[in-house]
Amino acid sequence: MKKLLTAAALSAALATPALAETTKVGFIYIGPVGDFGWTAGHDRARQELQDHFGDAVETSIVENVDYGADAERVMTQMAISGTDVIFAASFGYGPDVNAVAGRFPDVAFQHATGYIQEHPNISLYDARFYEGRAVLGHIAGKMTETNTIGYIASYPIPAVVSGINSAFLHARAVNPDVNFRIIWTYSWFDPALEADAAETLIEQGADVIMQHTDSTAAVRVAEDAGVMAFGQASDMTQFGPTAHLSAIVDRWAPYYISRIQAVKDGTWEAQNSWMGFADGIIEMAPWNDRIPADLQAEADNLIAAIAAGEYHPFTGPINRQDGTAWLAEGETAPDADLATMNFYVEGITQELPN
Amino acid sequence: MIRLERRKEPSKFWRIANPFLAVVLTMLAGGAMFAALGKDPVAAIRLIFFDPIFSQTFGSYSRPQLLIKSAPLILIAIGLAIGFKANIWNIGAEGQYIIGALFGAGVALAFFPAPGWYIFPLMVMAGAFGGFLWAMIPAILKTRFNTNEILVSLLLVYVAERILAAMALGLMRNPDIPGFPGSRDLRRYEAAHNAELIANTGIHWGVVAALIAVIFAYVMMTRHMLGYQVQLAGQAPRAARFGGVSPARLVVICLGISGALAGLAGMFEVSGPGGQVRIEFASGYGFTAIIVAFLGRLNPFGIVLAGLLLGLTYIGGELSQMILQLPGAAIQVFQGMLLFFLLALDFQTNYRLRLTRGMRI
Repeated sequence: MKKLLTAAALSAALATPALAETTKVGFIYIGPVGDFGWTAGHDRARQELQDHFGDAVETSIVENVDYGADAERVMTQMAISGTDVIFAASFGYGPDVNAVAGRFPDVAFQHATGYIQEHPNISLYDARFYEGRAVLGHIAGKMTETNTIGYIASYPIPAVVSGINSAFLHARAVNPDVNFRIIWTYSWFDPALEADAAETLIEQGADVIMQHTDSTAAVRVAEDAGVMAFGQASDMTQFGPTAHLSAIVDRWAPYYISRIQAVKDGTWEAQNSWMGFADGIIEMAPWNDRIPADLQAEADNLIAAIAAGEYHPFTGPINRQDGTAWLAEGETAPDADLATMNFYVEGITQELPN
Repeated sequence: MIRLERRKEPSKFWRIANPFLAVVLTMLAGGAMFAALGKDPVAAIRLIFFDPIFSQTFGSYSRPQLLIKSAPLILIAIGLAIGFKANIWNIGAEGQYIIGALFGAGVALAFFPAPGWYIFPLMVMAGAFGGFLWAMIPAILKTRFNTNEILVSLLLVYVAERILAAMALGLMRNPDIPGFPGSRDLRRYEAAHNAELIANTGIHWGVVAALIAVIFAYVMMTRHMLGYQVQLAGQAPRAARFGGVSPARLVVICLGISGALAGLAGMFEVSGPGGQVRIEFASGYGFTAIIVAFLGRLNPFGIVLAGLLLGLTYIGGELSQMILQLPGAAIQVFQGMLLFFLLALDFQTNYRLRLTRGMRI
């Protein structure tokens, strides 16, 4: 990095714009690139990044890296081998990113969905998934016939909890009889466990399955059982052409390209970016034809309103699960509340694991 | 035609030679797989087996990492091997590892933030005790109700994982960071930190404990009455019973030792390289150690070599992903080949191939 910065300064001074040096970019993934979900989303962006810069960047990946000592070792080896920028594409890498970043101040670290930022060479970035969840909830509330929506959740962390709350609020808004059944897997990627969870939810009467886990298992189970489902992070239509209603599709590429451009320009600095529909970081997979045209139009309008900043998915009055007031009439949720959310909203009957 | 013939007694030569032959065959078959994936097989094999130790760029970092990765594998495998010799199958070391870590971390978090030299020794004792306690469940169920220790110990892994999740989310959660699971970072609590004993060597108390366990196991198995009883029970259970070896006592001892060692491994991990109680703290050491125990022929020194070899393939596997862009799954297949070839070759220990002339009717 330092070398790069001085190189950038030099080239500016000499007025030779050609920055021949190749930027080495490393990615570490919690799952396999073939998960067709979360990790696949990041790897799509890596591919676009590579295509955008051509020979001016060199990307490398290590997949299936566990949190903790393994992640720390992989990132250290990346840093030792001359990597300029490291993208750590999972929430749980936080402590490890911070440990390594402290030892390699010249390497730029980009940590997805993280919250620990102890060094000036760590940028955090995240998507406002709750915006997409609002749209999914709206569709689910209208499409369900059993009034039971199944939700496969990974870890009880703010990003997941706010997603459940957002989906629930918007399902309830269009269908006062709707209920959520939530199963926690404590894993991001475990196809067998996710399939079991989906089957259990269907047995409990759910006819729409939502997931905040990365595999395609739930969509397949839903297809076989003849119920509906939403994909996760990528368009999972091919795994359930009938069942798959839509999915929040992650598009990290514009952000990744801008960050690497910043490194090349010598303007990279630590940031904390939280991006949504307006930034093009998330979008919806094509609507399934079984969603009626008027509902498709409602969903499109909801997305447009959120993107334009006219509507916030968390707009009061909203109470917490225990009945205490959280947001007053017309009040919108401050980012700080969403980034640390550890409570269900009123109406969800299950208890949040705590 | 070719005929299989049972050897009169197992071949000592092949018992020792097979692991080495298995490594060579793995290199060949793995190399062919890497070539089929369009990668340079020589470069890949070099990255996996040699560069973590000898590379100028990575060596000084990955050599210590090799000890850090291998120490828990060796510590757990040593305990498992003692039981396996006596035909007592503790498959749930992963669960004992988790409970040991929770006991150790529990002591640390209870004392936080007080200083004190006695905290770490207490954690060590608690870790061993936690693993021992968790192993006593299958042990007592087996001796009292004759349940199958394989099933009970394995299923208790999933119970332990749930307890771990509950602890990371509840009792042991770091109160300073609302909304997120995970305990305080023990590496930042000096009295509880299982730090490197000598900087940049990777040697922490877990490595020392693994070494002590190796020597202890060797002496016990070759010099001590208990070791003799273990061997006898494994090879001739009827003779052992007539010889006055109590099967129940042996079950308790073998599961107890392997549980305590797995618990120790978990405790050293959570207070050192792992750093904190997290939902995903357990990363399969308890299961991988079963492979290490067999790869090492249930022999303490063999286990050291096997643990280092497996650690090497992990670290080298990451390097080859990073540098050659080999898919992660290819590395897992490669590791699987190692065990496959070893098991396949083991038939040579007990059988020999004979070329015979003529037809047999």
